[in-house]
Parts: sequence; C-alpha cells; structure tokens
Amino acid sequence: MDALTLLSRRDVLKAGGGFVVAFAFGAALPRVAFAQAPTLSGAPPTGKPIDNSEVDSFIVMHADGTATVYMGKVDVGTGLRTAVAQLVAEELGMSAERITVIDGDTGICPDQGGTGGSTGLTRGGTEVRQAAATAHQMLLALGAARLNRPVVELMATDGEVRPIAGGAGVGFGALVGGRRFEMKVDPKAPLRPAAGYRVVGTPVPRPDVADKCTGRLTYVTDLTVPNMLHARVIRPPAVGATLTSVDEGSLRGIPDVRVVRVQSFLAVVSKDEWAAVRAAAALKATWTEARTLPGSSGLEQWTRTGAVERDQEVLNRGDVTAAIARASTRLSATYFWPYQGHASLGPSCAVADVRADGSSTIWSAAQGGPPLRATLAKVFGLPVEKMRIVFLEGSGSYGTNGSDHVAADAVLLSKTIGQPVRVQWMRADEHAWDPKGPQQLLELHAGLDAGGRIVAWDTQMWLSTNAPGTRALLAADAAGLTQEHGNGAGAMTQNGDPPYQAENVRVTAHWLKEAPLQMSNLRAPGKIANVFAVEGFTDELAAAAGVDPLAFRLSRLTDPRAIEVLTRTAEAFGWQARPSPNPRARQGSLLVGQGIAYMRYKQAENYVAMAMEVAVNPTTGVIAVRRVTCAHDCGIIVNPDGLRNQIEGCIVQTLSRALHEEVTFDRSRVTSVDWVGYPILTFPEAPAVRVVMINRPELPILGAGEAATAPVAAALANAVFDATGVRLRTVPFTPVRVKAALTQPRPAAATA
Amino acid sequence: MPRYAFRLNGRPVSAESWDAAQPLLYVLRNTFGLHGPKFGCGLGQCGACTVLVDGRATRSCTTPVSRAEGRAVTTLEGLGTPEQPSTLQAAFIAEQAAQCGYCTNGMIMTATSLLARNPRPTLEQVKEGLSGNLCRCGTHTRILSAVMRASGA
Repeated sequence: MDALTLLSRRDVLKAGGGFVVAFAFGAALPRVAFAQAPTLSGAPPTGKPIDNSEVDSFIVMHADGTATVYMGKVDVGTGLRTAVAQLVAEELGMSAERITVIDGDTGICPDQGGTGGSTGLTRGGTEVRQAAATAHQMLLALGAARLNRPVVELMATDGEVRPIAGGAGVGFGALVGGRRFEMKVDPKAPLRPAAGYRVVGTPVPRPDVADKCTGRLTYVTDLTVPNMLHARVIRPPAVGATLTSVDEGSLRGIPDVRVVRVQSFLAVVSKDEWAAVRAAAALKATWTEARTLPGSSGLEQWTRTGAVERDQEVLNRGDVTAAIARASTRLSATYFWPYQGHASLGPSCAVADVRADGSSTIWSAAQGGPPLRATLAKVFGLPVEKMRIVFLEGSGSYGTNGSDHVAADAVLLSKTIGQPVRVQWMRADEHAWDPKGPQQLLELHAGLDAGGRIVAWDTQMWLSTNAPGTRALLAADAAGLTQEHGNGAGAMTQNGDPPYQAENVRVTAHWLKEAPLQMSNLRAPGKIANVFAVEGFTDELAAAAGVDPLAFRLSRLTDPRAIEVLTRTAEAFGWQARPSPNPRARQGSLLVGQGIAYMRYKQAENYVAMAMEVAVNPTTGVIAVRRVTCAHDCGIIVNPDGLRNQIEGCIVQTLSRALHEEVTFDRSRVTSVDWVGYPILTFPEAPAVRVVMINRPELPILGAGEAATAPVAAALANAVFDATGVRLRTVPFTPVRVKAALTQPRPAAATA
Repeated sequence: MPRYAFRLNGRPVSAESWDAAQPLLYVLRNTFGLHGPKFGCGLGQCGACTVLVDGRATRSCTTPVSRAEGRAVTTLEGLGTPEQPSTLQAAFIAEQAAQCGYCTNGMIMTATSLLARNPRPTLEQVKEGLSGNLCRCGTHTRILSAVMRASGA
C-alpha cells in the first residue's frame, strides 16, 4: 500500500495544463477548459507516466471515487470513449458514468498508435482493459489491508471493495484516491468472467451526445487560444502548379490582414476570421500551368492500360487456369469503383502554437496523432520530444481526411510568424485536397462444373501505386521542404476472394506505377469495392445457375457464424426464396427487387450479411432503397446502442457512396469541389434500417466501425438486378447510368 | 465601425463588423463565442450553420450580419443545455442521434423550425423538411427517429 505515492487530482489536472482551470470551474468540463487555456509547453508534462507498461499511464483513481482513463486511440464520433469506459468500469467494478476518458493527447496519453482499421476497441480498448484488470487486483489488495481480511473473501463492485459475505466495504476513492498505483500492467491479470458482466453489453449513453446537441462540446474548430490568428491557405489552381507572383494590393480594403508566402505556400492571416476568408478569395496570385492528371472521365481505361509496377499474388490455391479450362460453365465480369473522398461535413481545421524555444502544441482532429507528430517534427525540423498533439473532435473523418494537411499548414504558419495560428480549410479545399480513396478495377472469372460447384475463381485487381513512405504534406511540398512521398491507401486487397467453397482460387493485384491523385485510407479501404465485385459476381453465378441467391450462398458455406448471419438476415428481411431476376418486379411504374450479400471482414473478423429492397424507376433511372436489413456478428458486444449506431452509419454512408459519389477531375484539378459537384445521400433517400446484432459474450472483441460498409454496394446492385434484370458493375449508380443500362441491357455476365 | 443590434438567445446584443456582408455565422462564433452553429460549406448547401432568425431556420453562413439587425436570432445554445434541453434536444439525446455531431446543430435548428410550423409531421414530411441538411456519418435513421419522438409520434 505504501508503494502508492501521492498524486493529487490537482496534479493530474495540472498535467493537462488548463485542467487546473477546469477543476476550479467544475470537473464536468475538463476538455473544454483544457482546450481554452493552453498554458502548457510542448514537452510532456510531468506528474503522470505515459508509458504503455504502467497502469498509471492509463488510469487515475480520484479521491471522490471517480476515475479518469487516458487512451491513445481517439473517438471520432464512434462512441469509443464510452465503450472503453465500460471495459474499464467492468474490470474495476464501478459504473461507467463515473469514468471520464481523455483521448489522443500525446502529452498525457499512452501512445497506442493511430486510430483506424476498426482497431480502436480491439487493440486500444483491450490494452486499457488489461491495465484496469491489473488495477482491480491492486484494489483488492488494498481492500484486504484496510478491511483486514484475505483477498479471497473480498469483491470489488459498485465502486468499493467489500466482503463477499456482506458487511461494510471501502470505496475506491478512499483506497487509492489521489495516489498512483505504481504497478506495471500485468498481462496475466485475470479478466472478469463474461458471464458476470454488468456494464459491458449495456447501452451506456455517450456523454458527448448531450454536449453535441446543445453546443457544449469544443470541437477543434471551436478552439481559440490567446494571441491566435486565423489563416486561410490559397492552394494552387492546378495540382503541381507553382506560385509565380502575388499582388498584395488586391487586398486593399480588407483590414488587418497579412500575406504569408514561403516559396509556393501562400496564406493570409488575420485576427479577424472573416478578413482572412475575404482576403483568401480576393488575393490575386499567378501560378504556372500544370496538366499532370489523367482526368476522371477515362479513369477505368487509364487503370486498365497503365504501366504496372509489380504483380502481387494475394492468394493462389490449386490450379485456376486448368480448372477454368475444364469448367462446364465459364463467366467473366469487370467491376469498377471510382475515386471517392472522405467528404467530411466540416472542412479540416487545426491550431498550432510553435514557440521560439522549439516547443510546439498542435490541436488536431487527426486520427493518427502519434505518427502525425513524428512526420511534422521531421518535416518542419522541430524536436519531436517537445511537440504535443492534442486531439479534439472534428467533423467525422472516416480515415485520413484533410486533418494531417491542415495541421501542417498551421505548423508552417505558426513557425513562420511566431504566433498561434488556426487554419480551417474552405469547402473547396476539403473536396479538392483531402487525400482520397482511390479507384479500383476488378476483373473476375469463374468456372462452374455440371453440378453447379465453383471449381475455379480468379480475381484480378488493378490498383494505384502503393508507394512506401509517409504521405507528403501539401504545405511542405509547397514550401520546398524535403519529405517522403509515400502514396498508399491501406489494406486494399482484402476480401478479394469469395468466402464460399471453391476448389481453385487465385487473387492477383496489379499495382500500377502511378496514382492519379494523392490517396489515403478511406473507411474500409479496398474492401467495399472488392466485396461489391465478389458478391456481385457471386450473384451472377447464382443467376446463371438459376438458383436463389441466398440458397446459392448457404450451400457453399460451412462456418456456422456465416450461415447464421445470412439466415437471420433473411428471416428478419422476409426474403423471398427464388432465383433472380424477380418475375413479378413491376409495381405500378416501378420495378421492385431484393438483393443479398455476405462477407467476413478481412476474411478474419466480423461476419455481416445484408439484404435490401429497392424500387427502380425505369423512366428516371432513380433507385429508391426502401429498406435494409443487416445481421452482424462481431463477437462480444460492448455497447449495443453504440454498435447499432455504427452499423446504421456504415450502411447509410456506403449507400451514399454507391449511389452518388465520384470525385471528378480534369487534367489539372479536382472539379467536384462542393456538395453540388459531389452530392451525398439526402434525407428523402434514407431507407428504413433494421439491424440484428448477434452477441457472443464468450468471444473476443472485434471493431465495428467498418465491417458493415463492405456488403452494401453488392447488396444494392444485387437488388437492382433482381428488380430490373440489369447488372450494375460501375459505381456510382447515378440515374443517368441506370437509365442507360436499362435502355441497353447487357448480358447478365459474359459467358464463354 | 458599423454596429448591428439584434436579439440573441433572448438578450439584446450588438456587434461591430467592418463588413456589412460578413456572414452572421462568423459573428456568432467569434464575437459571441457561440459554437453551436458550424462552418460546413459557406455556400448554404449543407445546413451545419443553421440558426433561427425570427423563428425560421436560416443559413447563417450566407446571411449578412446586417440582415440580422433588429431581428431575434436563436442558436443551439439558446434552445437548452445538457441539464435543461429543449424537447427536441432531449429527443436527440434519448435516441443518441449523433456520431461526430458536426451536422447536429443544423438538424436540431431546422427541425425546431419545422415542428413549430407543423407539430405533428409525418415521417415523409420530416424527411422533406431535412432534405437540405447533410449528414456524412449516416445518422439519418436516428435523426428521423428523434424528430418523430419529439413530435409525440
């Protein structure tokens, strides 16, 4: 017990700079007050460890029995903070409502790497949980000493340690409050048995929702720091253009505005945000011409014929070539997915304070704070140990949107002018310059034997370059700074093979030498298009065999969890067992159909099946999605309402991507730079969504921020086929494209 | 510098602006520190900046501050607090109708205006009423449920 050293709540709060202020005004507002009073230097504050091996890095128990959890993973509107609070609450034996979670402050939180790939709970959450399990053991030991009873006679529950047999206990606050645990995280500390869970598995409300609904939450866009200037960056009119001249006289009449130029990096700064906005629009600058892009109109052809850097054998089982030659039925089809943006509703924003002593603080909504810190420090020549990135929520990012770039803009400006700078992009900046999810071209070939078995499956995918290295920052390139020029978009090749019994399977990725635009990870990288192709093509096989699409899938699956999500989806949806297309599709002027799709995320994680009902208007080409049913199995469910929210969001957002979204660009620039040029799904289009969640408390946690996106486009295309007999293989399914396809129906699949 | 007087969340206020065309959004956020209304597009396309002007949902990113002169402006903060939310805010909280929450201001302000004119809308009417508000997280289902809940349906 004496191993615990004194650490007052005030010290902990002090570790967060302005937290002291927060404490004075009320503990309910730590994040806000912290954000508003950045008195800290860039160096990690003393008083609390951030090493991942220490319990104290993750958990601080206060004298009043409340706790603060520090995690490196960030909550970008997914409910991660709440789910992690539940994991900790369960292990400690207290209520989740008495736990505050601080996320993504590199100065006070352990480094758990960037957030993405649905690893927030899986990796981040389980690491915090193990710290809590270790702390649980310490709480019992402290209770044993205080109550003078052996540990085996005690339990930790409801925020206190008390005798199992009954009688008075002692609260966590009294046992630990204000002092450190001073223990290493014990990887063997036992976890509570799932059978006894009281907090995990319950729909604990997210505290941020009430703040968001009342204007109380401080987003990164809402932060002001003393002496802060507002900036807008003027990006070149063409990708790769350089700045030749600037006419500062064009800003006459706009008060208190200053032009900052570092080679081709051009910005305006002002105390007055509107002055900066006006100045950015008014500033006359001349740039060189640049015509380096392939243009989006011929992108499928560009992808098919582009120079290939290397071929990657993703999977090769059996002898596909020989098996296709022997097959009694052979089918081929080509699928294409366009460039799409993260299209965050609010443009990216960051605040940077780079001091003369080399210390720096950056407030950012970026999902990858720790890697971003390393990149910013290196590129801008700042000491990484004196750089602190403080996460504040931004508009949803769904991967690496413009947040890294805008942080670089802010750092360059603050370093250049020696004042804190807030940069927010304008709408066109975000649409044009956020790194994007790249195009994907997939060609599939399959062979069936006389009995309808899949004897051969061949997926060939063409992907933009996966150049290694860190993604180049726009500001650094413009300012002529040395940096890496990596260009990757994440794990693009997963789910390229069918999840069904097939004797010979081959998946090959052809990596092109080039990429049309800068890329990044966009929610479920690669998987949505891969499943669109694989599950669309599976539907084509079922149609060619004249078999009900659900039965076709079920008869080729053996994994009971796969079978369960499909059957539960079909039951909840009211699936009509029959081959597609729908013989009775016509309802008045509309054509109505059903579609289904299944996948296991990354072929290793969540099981998801999805069915949809669509009504297609053949006159207008408009697809109305009437209802969507999804069964989802991600192992144990931590927060069922949070999970449902994520699944619903996955479905609706991906419907938007499949129905509407395509980044357009000409030889010089992105041309889809607002919500008219890049429309997303609107409320009148929102379908009824029904989610069936399968809980498996005995199984490990899996993330759920991405998996349910993957089958959406496939289920949609399959439903359109059922309704119309026309197979859509190119996204987005715009009315013009649908109408054209209906007017000139192509064969269901090329048969050889 | 010209000064513009209006009522803001029930109180008389005035704000200076060097530019009569400065959108009300910047004045609300930077002069008055009201961060409920958000900058989304600056083009009146997404609705994240919505406030009530004389009770009607208005895009503050395209409304010059001069046009607020003499009017009553209400922001998200003026509707309620986490402790005492408005009926609609309480419905959003009960339905947990947010993910990132960046669009939430626009949803609540637009729906507040809608419900004031039509307290018992159908689901289709709510969808139509929110057709100019964009949500990127795909929280549509919950937002619709929240508005219907507030309407007592």
